[in-house]
Amino acid sequence: MSQMPGQDLDSLYQEIILDHYKRPQNAGLRDPFEAEVHHVNPTCGDELTLRVHLEGGGDDAVVADVSYAAEGCSISQAATSVMTELLIGRPVHEAAAVHAEFLALMHGRGTIEPDEDVLGDGIAFAGVAKFPARVKCALLSWMAWKDATTQVLGAEPTPTPSQSPDQEEQA
Amino acid sequence: MEGLLPDLEVIRKDFPILERTLAGGHPLVYLDSANTSQKPQVVIDAMVDHLERHNANVARAMHQLGAESSAAFEASRDTVARFLNAPSRDEVIYTKNASEALNLVASTLTFAQEISTEAATFGPLGEGDEVLITEMEHHSNIVPWQLLTQRTGATLRWFGLTDDGQLDLSSIDELINERTRVVSLTWVSNMLGTVNPVREIARRAHEVGAIVVLDASQAVPQMPVDVQDSGADILVFTGHKVTGPTGIGVLWGRRALLDQLPPFLGGGEMIATVAMERSTYAGIPHKFEAGTPPIVEAVGLGAAVDYIDSVGMAAIRAHEEAITAYALDGLASLPGITVLGPQTAHERGGAIAFEVDSIHPHDVAQVLDSRGVAVRAGHHCAKPAHARFGVQSSTRMSSYLYTTPAEVDAFVEALAYTQRYFGTTGASA
Ligand SMILES: Cc1ncc(COP(=O)(O)O)c(C=O)c1O
Repeated sequence: MSQMPGQDLDSLYQEIILDHYKRPQNAGLRDPFEAEVHHVNPTCGDELTLRVHLEGGGDDAVVADVSYAAEGCSISQAATSVMTELLIGRPVHEAAAVHAEFLALMHGRGTIEPDEDVLGDGIAFAGVAKFPARVKCALLSWMAWKDATTQVLGAEPTPTPSQSPDQEEQA
Repeated sequence: MEGLLPDLEVIRKDFPILERTLAGGHPLVYLDSANTSQKPQVVIDAMVDHLERHNANVARAMHQLGAESSAAFEASRDTVARFLNAPSRDEVIYTKNASEALNLVASTLTFAQEISTEAATFGPLGEGDEVLITEMEHHSNIVPWQLLTQRTGATLRWFGLTDDGQLDLSSIDELINERTRVVSLTWVSNMLGTVNPVREIARRAHEVGAIVVLDASQAVPQMPVDVQDSGADILVFTGHKVTGPTGIGVLWGRRALLDQLPPFLGGGEMIATVAMERSTYAGIPHKFEAGTPPIVEAVGLGAAVDYIDSVGMAAIRAHEEAITAYALDGLASLPGITVLGPQTAHERGGAIAFEVDSIHPHDVAQVLDSRGVAVRAGHHCAKPAHARFGVQSSTRMSSYLYTTPAEVDAFVEALAYTQRYFGTTGASA
């Protein structure tokens, strides 16, 4: 075949992504919350308002709720939905480790094998990393979550040492 | 199809990039010309030839190459002046792009001490003065005026839009009043496609002594533009949308006005003489061209306007209208498509922004791209215009003199495929 390979649309638009897009989980803005942030993607105009509700303080803080109102493409909408599923109910330091893992996947240009144990439905986004223009769509909500959580804690959420991707790579 | 350029196949051969094949073996269907146009071989050759044979700095090099380079640079200014029917070549000022040209006007007006127009004398701008723009402007014709009004205390006002994407002129008597100092508007909207009645608005603005600035970034590429007939005091456009290179824009202004504006950037070439305490400035155009100008870009721009002029601007306009009408018909043949702005080709330029039911523009553009069809998705630097129509973003197809009906067919077919891909039509893939 002399043809150049086509773009692999199906690797971008995984069934899981389209499902979350059509049926977003945990959507809507809810009370209570300690921080609300508004993030936009200035190039395409995608917008997201996101609230974070933490319970407990310090090392014991838990992500009790993440609620949101979002307008955006399938990738950004699905990423938000998947993120809330992954993070709600987790200790903040664990959530931060998932965050780090997702970030690494998105910046891996398609070379990183995602860890389903850590990322759950998030592994469906592996294909997005091969479409550089769409990486920022997938990251919009994750960045917003980190921003909001930092505001609540007064410091950046730090990953659980045993789950940080750096450590795992060395192990 | 009536109105199409008769030598369309020959014209397409002038643009080497149109031969490209993209991933998956799809031929390029380039429908993003309102974003930037493709470049004909004559433009590429003129720039390469300049770099290979005549390269030197302009004005300040006392050697043969310097003389050749200066001559080529200034010849480009002559060409652009002729193309625009400017009364004087000195009224053509080269900038980096249309955005810089608009910033030049707004920024120098911020500092102008006194301005006399035919019907008024005012300045410096401050409280009580008004600047009038429209809700359909590109951000480049909004933000500079926000900066000016914030810095001077003047008030920013704007024409709203009607539901069919026209300027709402019902309040023109109130909006253009004795406090109005500047009226700045786009001739052709890059999002709605609307062609605005600029002559009539300019006439009204001049009655109250206001300065009229036209953003002709989307007009100059696709219709005959005569600056003297346009009603503008200042008219700007950008090189890369008229088949020229990036890195160069044009500001044309009436000498009487430009002579009253203070300098924009300070530096080499814009001075008459410099002492440590103070300087005196060159006359136009050099007063507004500090530093080494975009020389090879100017050479390319001259070749570009010669090229489109030789095809004929009236013929290009007819072609754009025919292609736009055909594309509007194609879009109307699909379910769930809403075209923003005027619904007939006659009232609009060659950019069509639209919504596709239940599919985000980003996803539309992604699937079209996988079939070789290049369109733009997003807010097209016109967020207020999108907000006016209650949409956050849209997909935009935009044609140019090299666009064929077959490309429009490929675009419509790819859109239908997109709808099947996301399962938003009853039809199965
Ligand atoms: C109507 C209009 N004005 C201004 C601009 C800005 O042009 P540039 O980005 O070349 O400065 C554009 C193009 O993007 C435009 O379409």
